[in-house]
Amino acid sequence: MSEKILLKGNELLVEAAIEAGCRFYAGYPITPQNEVPERMSWRMPQAGGVFVQAESEIAAVNMLFGASAAGARCMTSSSSPGISLKQEGISYIAAAELPCVIVNMQRGGPGLGNIRASQGDYFQAVKGGGHGDYRLIVLAPATLQELYDLTLNAFDYADFYRNPVMILGDGILGQMAEPVEAHPYRPLFKLPPKDYILDGCRGRAPRVIRTLFLHPSDSLVQHNLRLQKKYAKMQREISLYEEFETADADVIVTAYGIPGRVAKGAVKRARREGLKAGLIRPLCVWPFPVQPYQNAAKQAKAFLVVEMSHGQFIEDVKLAIECRRPVAFLGKGGGWYPSEEEILEQIRHLAGARSKGLKAQRKS
Amino acid sequence: MPQIRFYAEHCKGCGLCVLVCPCQNIRISEDLNEHGHPFAVLVDPARCTYCAMCGRMCPDMAIEIFDGKNGSKENSGGAAK
Amino acid sequence: MEFRRPKTLKNVLTHYCPGCGHGIVHRLVAEVIDELGIRERTIGTAPVGCAVLLYDYMNCDIIECAHGRPPAVATGIKRVLPDRIVFTYQGDGDLAAIGAAETIHAANRGENITVIFVNNAIYGMTGGQMAPTTLMGQWSTTTPAGRGKLGEGGPIKVCEMLSALDGPCYLERVAVSTPKDVLRAKKAIRKAFENQIAGKGFSLVEVLSMCPTDWKLSPKEAVDFVNEKMKTVFPLGVFKDR
Repeated sequence: MSEKILLKGNELLVEAAIEAGCRFYAGYPITPQNEVPERMSWRMPQAGGVFVQAESEIAAVNMLFGASAAGARCMTSSSSPGISLKQEGISYIAAAELPCVIVNMQRGGPGLGNIRASQGDYFQAVKGGGHGDYRLIVLAPATLQELYDLTLNAFDYADFYRNPVMILGDGILGQMAEPVEAHPYRPLFKLPPKDYILDGCRGRAPRVIRTLFLHPSDSLVQHNLRLQKKYAKMQREISLYEEFETADADVIVTAYGIPGRVAKGAVKRARREGLKAGLIRPLCVWPFPVQPYQNAAKQAKAFLVVEMSHGQFIEDVKLAIECRRPVAFLGKGGGWYPSEEEILEQIRHLAGARSKGLKAQRKS
Repeated sequence: MPQIRFYAEHCKGCGLCVLVCPCQNIRISEDLNEHGHPFAVLVDPARCTYCAMCGRMCPDMAIEIFDGKNGSKENSGGAAK
Repeated sequence: MEFRRPKTLKNVLTHYCPGCGHGIVHRLVAEVIDELGIRERTIGTAPVGCAVLLYDYMNCDIIECAHGRPPAVATGIKRVLPDRIVFTYQGDGDLAAIGAAETIHAANRGENITVIFVNNAIYGMTGGQMAPTTLMGQWSTTTPAGRGKLGEGGPIKVCEMLSALDGPCYLERVAVSTPKDVLRAKKAIRKAFENQIAGKGFSLVEVLSMCPTDWKLSPKEAVDFVNEKMKTVFPLGVFKDR
């Protein structure tokens, strides 16, 4: 049984988290995600959970460190500048292999930037962000239905892999409203028992959660190898994406999150014009869904990367196709997004420019 | 009869026990323990009043006092291996 | 008279330097946990600093935290498991410098946790740099001319500062530089745990402690430094008890 609900993305996120069994939230106000702590402040007590307005983003993420160590499903949310502050804690949580969900409703940057939507934190999200060799599972919804569904799944990914999961949204996703099937939570996996939590050592040996590895001298080497093995397992097991009209496409447009929606509209219009365009839209940007790109690279003539940043996501696309095809770029920073019209123009150009390019080659 | 035990292997020779012993009944050895530290020794067991001031000031749990009741002669702590 | 190793204190040699006060404070915390019978429902937090290896010495659940964050981590644990006993064990750099915000706000919220704050007026683990509690004129590796010459400000008096807040329930400053002080310190630590068991809220015990190595003093001189210098700047006593 599920009901249709209409909420802003930030509010929907709260409902999805509570539905997934999240019972601890700590956060700090920052636009454009303020509806999350605001709604959490009354929904968590209703659900029998804990809401704490922390003194800082740093404190909030460290409260999660404690809450997760104590066995709770827990979440924090913020927007770009606040996520930078959380990086210390995220590194510790990843090192300690504790599950939690961190939401970034990205805004324009760098610095204080602005409060419009952006994707400028892509590198920070998928390449580490904090110190040390660690990875986050990074989910990238483009619709509120995906936000709801992926939030339910995020807690399962976190518990299953004992790893922090980031939901990488943006100010548009957080602020817009659209109807969503709010279906009940059903676990994605058979979840392992939480045999690591600290709840007092009654009837067992005391447990330690730590991130310092001094002895023996190679213990940190071993710890890192264990983490890498886990990250490799995630890469084998997680590949989330939408493919649209890629089978015969000459031009593959690719984008994640909100620009992915805009790009899909442009691809539909291109098809109506008779241009063979297709779309690959990752729903998870780490692990990166390499396979659909490799498949598409077999017949596509060119790729077009669209992002709300100045060339971050494009690096993973180039890696995925191992630079076997030309990759064009359409990006905007500073809190703005490429329009459907601009993407369509690029598709037309790529389709046309390519044939001209071939002619030029033949002449020479 | 109470018993006081000094665990040379746990002692780092800081001498805080020497400082606080009201009977001035503790000294630091000239020998070194297995970790290379000089260690505290009781000068005259007969003069010890078992007040435990030495133990309370000891940062290294190198001194224990047993009251001799309940056969508590065995040390609960003792040396680290 | 029995004086035995508490069960909560593991039977291992610590890494602390000769004459360091951490060993005494560890033992007092362990004795109190034993006496209150709470070892199996206690979760401690280890700081960054000399006491980071707390988990090697305490025979209870321990989480090692980022520098300065223990009060936030403890908040997370205690809010999820309100019937467990949660304590933080922190040094002066951890609690009063990098973690000052976490300390003030956990205190202000009246988090029902116990904070053991070891103040030895220096950064021990990193080799003797200035701490927020370093005394005016005191030498450290980053105040080679003595604190106060380069605009460092004065030592932060944590108990006095926190006593201005409504949140804390119990604040006391003690020392471990004489047997009498050690007994008083244990009473304070016991009270700080009892308050938590009774649900009374945030309790902090500041313990003036010796760091002979980084003060470049002998253990005896270090004890004298606490008794003669530190106690003057940081007067012992109860700053809040309600």
